Amino acid sequence: MSSEAAIEYEVAQGRAKAFYPRFERKDELQHQTHYCPGCGHGIVHKMLARAIDELGIQDRTILVGPVGCSVFTYYYFEVGNVQAAHGRAPAVATAMKRSRPQSVVVAYQGDGDLSAIGSAEILHTANRGENITVIFVNNAIYSMTGGQAAPTTLLGQKSTTTPDGRSAATEGYPLHMSELLATLEAPVYIERVALGDNKQIAQAGKAIRRAVQNQVRGLGFSLIEVLSPCPTIWKMSAVDAQRWVREVMEKTFPLGVLRDRTKDAAPKALPPAAPALEEIPRILGVAEQDLPAGNAHAMEPGRDVDLEVRIAGFGGQGVLLLGEVLAEAGLDAGLEVSWLPSYGPEMRSGTSNCHVRLSSRPIDSPLVAAPGILVAMNEPSLRKFDHSVRAGGWVIYNGEAFPEDCVRQDLHVLAAPFTQLADELGDARASNMIMLGALLEIAGALPGASVDAALRRLVKNSRWVELDLRALERGRALLKHSFPEVIG
Amino acid sequence: MRKQLMKGNEAVVKSAILAGCRAFYGYPITPASEITEAAALYLPKAGGVFVQAESEVAAINMLYGAASAGVRAMTASSGPGISLMQEGISYMAGAELPCVIADIMRGGPGLGNIASEQGDYHQVVKGGGHGNYRTLVLAPHSVQEMADLTALAFELANRYRNPVFVLADGFVGQMMEPVEFPQEAVEAPTPHWAVTGTAETRANLITSIFMGADELEAHVRDLEKKYKLAGQREARAEEWFTEDAEIVLVGYGIVARILKAVCAEARDGGLKVGVLRPITLYPFPAAHFQKRAKRARIFIVVEMSNGQLYDDVRLALNGARPVEFLSRMGGNVPSHEEVLRFVRERAAQLGQKWRVHAAPVESAAQAGQKEKMAHV
Repeated sequence: MSSEAAIEYEVAQGRAKAFYPRFERKDELQHQTHYCPGCGHGIVHKMLARAIDELGIQDRTILVGPVGCSVFTYYYFEVGNVQAAHGRAPAVATAMKRSRPQSVVVAYQGDGDLSAIGSAEILHTANRGENITVIFVNNAIYSMTGGQAAPTTLLGQKSTTTPDGRSAATEGYPLHMSELLATLEAPVYIERVALGDNKQIAQAGKAIRRAVQNQVRGLGFSLIEVLSPCPTIWKMSAVDAQRWVREVMEKTFPLGVLRDRTKDAAPKALPPAAPALEEIPRILGVAEQDLPAGNAHAMEPGRDVDLEVRIAGFGGQGVLLLGEVLAEAGLDAGLEVSWLPSYGPEMRSGTSNCHVRLSSRPIDSPLVAAPGILVAMNEPSLRKFDHSVRAGGWVIYNGEAFPEDCVRQDLHVLAAPFTQLADELGDARASNMIMLGALLEIAGALPGASVDAALRRLVKNSRWVELDLRALERGRALLKHSFPEVIG
Repeated sequence: MRKQLMKGNEAVVKSAILAGCRAFYGYPITPASEITEAAALYLPKAGGVFVQAESEVAAINMLYGAASAGVRAMTASSGPGISLMQEGISYMAGAELPCVIADIMRGGPGLGNIASEQGDYHQVVKGGGHGNYRTLVLAPHSVQEMADLTALAFELANRYRNPVFVLADGFVGQMMEPVEFPQEAVEAPTPHWAVTGTAETRANLITSIFMGADELEAHVRDLEKKYKLAGQREARAEEWFTEDAEIVLVGYGIVARILKAVCAEARDGGLKVGVLRPITLYPFPAAHFQKRAKRARIFIVVEMSNGQLYDDVRLALNGARPVEFLSRMGGNVPSHEEVLRFVRERAAQLGQKWRVHAAPVESAAQAGQKEKMAHV
């Protein structure tokens, strides 16, 4: 036969366009794949490539390759390729699809990758209903690393890490990922197919095409599990391996559609268009024209302020808010300020304290080790911090009387039942603002307008603003009454 | 310029979005959660993506995906979460993907506690993941720097195609200070190497796999060149009264703020003290140390960890000057008094005299403490 005669045939199934004509990313043997003879990956690759061709999405497709035998998918597919860490392809695919909604993202994973190390990622990706396609190639073993047991390994199946065969007693049962994922609400389409014979292969091709098409239509999460032969690791001939898929694997992993909401699913809405770049500062609340001008002009000119305050009490007493109003008022008055909270777990009867500094000069440390004023909202807080107050400093204490054993001769003390006073004003929770009123009177540094502005900025409810303003006034009056000499 | 009072953690997110960040994937953890919460609030409004991931492992791999798609992306966490992210960080460094990671440090090891600490220094600065890579690390010490260095982190991440850390202790994340932001948002063009699902990017490949020995070595050598370049160009430090300093205090984050206060008081007492604050922890600003070693007689490293910064200072000085070390951990902060006492003791050993008219070291606070003890 002449060579001319040899080329006279019709190509029924040519190379898919989604494949590179020659695998130039491979080091050697660029005309063939790295897959072993009889391996199922080649067939799955071909079906995926054909689906990409048929749907006309080659430019839009991003293939996320796993760790495992199919780690080199990027050798073969002429699409955008991203190689992911072991088991993480669904997380990678999630983010790619979210940021590039027009793309078609396919995560291609093996059974070790998806059902063991990546079990969390696939579960949550499916549960979020990400609009991606997952191809899950299950050969019941870790092949690339030489035949260790996978969660999908069959009972009794020998592997290098189950040398006597998988035992339910020690290794548990084969994990049915598709069934598990089909219990979730969000997935649109989940089907298990196999490569056991030509009929099965034809069905697998249809399923893969549909799983990709669902994404193109914007329907949501689709996953196709493919039972696939691994003659090399199974130590079988290609023919026997295919038969094993059909006659043995299928018994543990029955074929069929586990979820199909393709007909009912509505296409997901695309995210709204991004705002113009010029809008961003305003959206973030940092546009200068939206920020308050402040009342710096109300400050006494040349006044040297250096206020170091520690505020402490139980969680819920308004410790942090008191500090915040003080700091915000300082900023409004044009001072340098810092507010530093102690923070703890959100739980009952936690204590809370914060450090506040207001200064006419730059603040070096925001930590207030030796406060000039301590606001102690309860006795434990007083006992914890009273020793730290600097000589000649002030303690504002929420209690009828200062505990006798706490008395320091070198401090000014304002002790009053602030909670009760606040209750008389209308709400015991305003005690923090009465204490702040007294503090402001002691400090004498801040313009009233700045305190008002700070309060209105931080307290949104007008009823509370009104109550807090009365509480501040009550605190100022209390201090003036108790320490008339401080005024002026 | 009008300023606003804001938590460091919130400033990170606002600055990130202004710097072009349009994807945030995170997992809650104290004391970093405000970053994730602010991201959930602002990113969708800014046309970006926010997803609360199922774990830090997933979050960092989502970052890998977003960065592969050419989007400026960030996450935030604290020690235990950063430990889980190390896998993805190594992959991103290997695949040369930019991203920004804020680590708001808490106490460790293990569950430790949620108080402010600096014990993540080694895992962040030396790279806690596998393989031959580095991450660039910026260490803010104020809320303004939380904003400014986050913006710089995005710039560096894109310039070097590498993960960049913003490493702050819990205090810097949690505290509020006045802050101002640039009034223009950065336009972030899609990098040419990204995989975006378009005809133009179809030939692009993001991977960290290099099968051949020579191939991988060449790749790692290329990474090394990048780090070397970053070392020449990006090392930053703040020098505070170091010009004539005989005692140089070294610290970063909240510790540096305390050191500045101590420095002021020590100077009042007649001691020639300065503060050298590394702003980049990698690349480490070794040249600043070598320069100051010419005049300084001693360096004192203060940190809220077990001698991790101390190692780098000793490496930078390479024996040129003695390095002393003071640390507090577990959420304890080195107090002004204990640092000052340490400095005075070392000064005395060097024969430096404390000026008598200066404030006595035994402060009112300690007097009060004694009095309190007498009552017990």
